[in-house]
Amino acid sequence: MNVAPYAVAAWLLLVGIYGVVTSRHLVHLVLCLAVAQASTYVLLLGIGYRTGGRAPIFFDIPPGTPVVDPVVQALTLTDVVVEATVSAVLLALAVQAHKRFGSADPDRLGELRG
Amino acid sequence: MTPGIRRGIAVAALAGLGVALLAACLGLPDFGHPRGPYATEVIPISLHERHVTSVVAAITFDIRGIDTLGEELILFSAAAGATVLLRSQRAEEDAREAIERHHALAERTPAPVRGLGAALAGPLLVLGVYIVAHGQLTPGGGFQGGVVLASAFLLVYAAGHFIRGPVSLVELGEAAGAGAYVLIALGGLVFAGAAMENFLPYGTTGELLSGGTIPVLNVAVGVEVCGAIVLILSELLDQAMLRREDR
Repeated sequence: MNVAPYAVAAWLLLVGIYGVVTSRHLVHLVLCLAVAQASTYVLLLGIGYRTGGRAPIFFDIPPGTPVVDPVVQALTLTDVVVEATVSAVLLALAVQAHKRFGSADPDRLGELRG
Repeated sequence: MTPGIRRGIAVAALAGLGVALLAACLGLPDFGHPRGPYATEVIPISLHERHVTSVVAAITFDIRGIDTLGEELILFSAAAGATVLLRSQRAEEDAREAIERHHALAERTPAPVRGLGAALAGPLLVLGVYIVAHGQLTPGGGFQGGVVLASAFLLVYAAGHFIRGPVSLVELGEAAGAGAYVLIALGGLVFAGAAMENFLPYGTTGELLSGGTIPVLNVAVGVEVCGAIVLILSELLDQAMLRREDR
């Protein structure tokens, strides 16, 4: 049983969370979150992969050809869109935080408030 | 909490999480052999009932059509939210100054950069329209094509043209795309008895105008995604312009 692709997903998640926890810059933090979320793409596509399967597009291959699971690909598409929107809003918040506190270091945002 | 202690706690917690995740991975289907029945069930539905050769498009815009409606509205509200956040802290005169500064900078943009931007914008627009239009046939569709279209506009921005002027057009396009998706969903309710149900002729599978509502939905999504991305990125770039003054 081959678990390597799932291990890659788990590794991306762990590395991303580690980056978020130890981040010293808000933009870096948002990018680390994107890395953590990339693990879900790897996991979804890994679950749907069929050995020797083609892309699930029957424009130029005959019906009945083995293909990879198209359901998880559609889910991954949703996932990518959500990731992009989350990043956009978080980056806008990061810009605002930097303007307000004069610093993009997450640790210093709280100090400056008091 | 010092960074060192925090890092220690994080490493310990992540190690525990990692072990749990690896244990969970052992229960997943063997790599290369998907278990779900839908992986094969959706293919005949997509080809014969929906007349679409891209199975992913059939799932996104028909089987999970309502979810995609939600996804559209997430994108719409995120673009609106990011825009409101970025604009709330910018007085109008600041914006005008930023425009002037941008014009001044645009004068200094090297000619090769402007030429390359102008030369690439046209082909990218065509590619974006192509990807949106063939969404039901080949890989691509509204989401992917919309991003390509947005990059064409951003190329124009990078080449020194300000897209602040038509920004209301961008906002309008974004809203129109989201609105069109909702209207098509309601059209299914009115004409076919269920939301997102197809109510247009299917056409011949494999032709450009086939798949009923799916190509129309792809265009709506393409316009919306393009508008949303241009809006978000131009707002963020304006911030960069405003910041430049502070230094």
